[in-house]
Amino acid sequence: MLEGTTRASDEVVATAPPDLVELTVEKIAVNAVMAGCRPEYLPWVIAAIEAVCNDTFNMHGLLATTMPVGPVLICNGPGTKAIGMNSGINVFGQGNRANLTIGRAVQLVIRNVGGGRPGEVDRATHGSPSKISFCFAEDEAGSPFRPLSVQRGIDEGVDAITVFAGEGPKCIVDQLARTPEQLIASLAEPLMGLHHRKLVVGFDVVLVVSPDHSRIFHEAKWSDVEVLEALYAATARPGAELVRGVGGIAEGVPEEFGEIPSLPKFRSDGILLAHAGGGAGLFSSMIGGWVNGEMGSNPVTVEVRR
Amino acid sequence: MVVSENHVLDPTAERAPATRTRLARPESLAGQTIGLLDISKPRGDVFLDEIERHLVEHGAKVHRYKKPTFTKPAPVDLRHEIATQCTLVIEALAD
Repeated sequence: MLEGTTRASDEVVATAPPDLVELTVEKIAVNAVMAGCRPEYLPWVIAAIEAVCNDTFNMHGLLATTMPVGPVLICNGPGTKAIGMNSGINVFGQGNRANLTIGRAVQLVIRNVGGGRPGEVDRATHGSPSKISFCFAEDEAGSPFRPLSVQRGIDEGVDAITVFAGEGPKCIVDQLARTPEQLIASLAEPLMGLHHRKLVVGFDVVLVVSPDHSRIFHEAKWSDVEVLEALYAATARPGAELVRGVGGIAEGVPEEFGEIPSLPKFRSDGILLAHAGGGAGLFSSMIGGWVNGEMGSNPVTVEVRR
Repeated sequence: MVVSENHVLDPTAERAPATRTRLARPESLAGQTIGLLDISKPRGDVFLDEIERHLVEHGAKVHRYKKPTFTKPAPVDLRHEIATQCTLVIEALAD
């Protein structure tokens, strides 16, 4: 396994929560073997560990929260193809060793070395399959958008991982939209419902657009910039619709937000746009996030070093 | 006898759990300096206000502290402050 990286086996990569244990390359490699990784996956596992074990991503909080979230790993760059990752048919599902075992190795490191075990520090109400393994590659070749890593400041063609504190994926069906405007309006509806329709700004989302849906944007020459701008606009609502008590629903934003004419559902960088999935199916997918910002977790993107 | 060349590697942190004995319970609350740590969950202050009222009635002196966010461990400076200023601490979780 250690032949998969040029790093020394005793190099300390990060400090693993919750026990604050120094993580060496060797400890990560041992757990990568247990997860079923091939040696060439190891740099991706190490990069993911670097990305989650810091105050910005707050892996400690992800372990300790009762919400159903785990680190979702979104992989970019030519290296994803070189190690055989899946970005197409059944991208979130079974059948691909690299996708499954890279995510699993990260989880095992936190379980075995960090000591973050369910029923102990981890007392999640329901948990999530994203706490077992949730890792996929983006379909860059077929995408009208810039790769997620490039949108987040990494150079084109560089291998990178973005980590997102997310729950399981939810399918968004629209088989009738034929214009970008129609599709945006349709995607906005379930995005508004993230965690609760009347709770805004506090949670981010990854929107994974499928090839059948992205074709509609491609044909209209919409880039990721236009799509995101339209999504932010389409998910804003008058404060009066969202305050506590409206609609007979106790949940909502505090009374003082009621006068604001347009409250955004998402903070200004709160929608992460990615492209993946099989070539048939007018569905996209959304991955809801945990509490964002200083209070919770911010997505982190890191380069993958060999 | 054949000596195996296989090595078994431990996937865990290989740390032995530290064993500590509990401090003796105080005979009385009177004269104690008790830290109340609010972890910043909503309405945690309501609960701690009530606890403070009872503790003061029993003759204790109360110091209040607050974590910046409930999702992260208490900063080391805050832990040090509590450890040096208090004889007892109560950490509260509330929603």
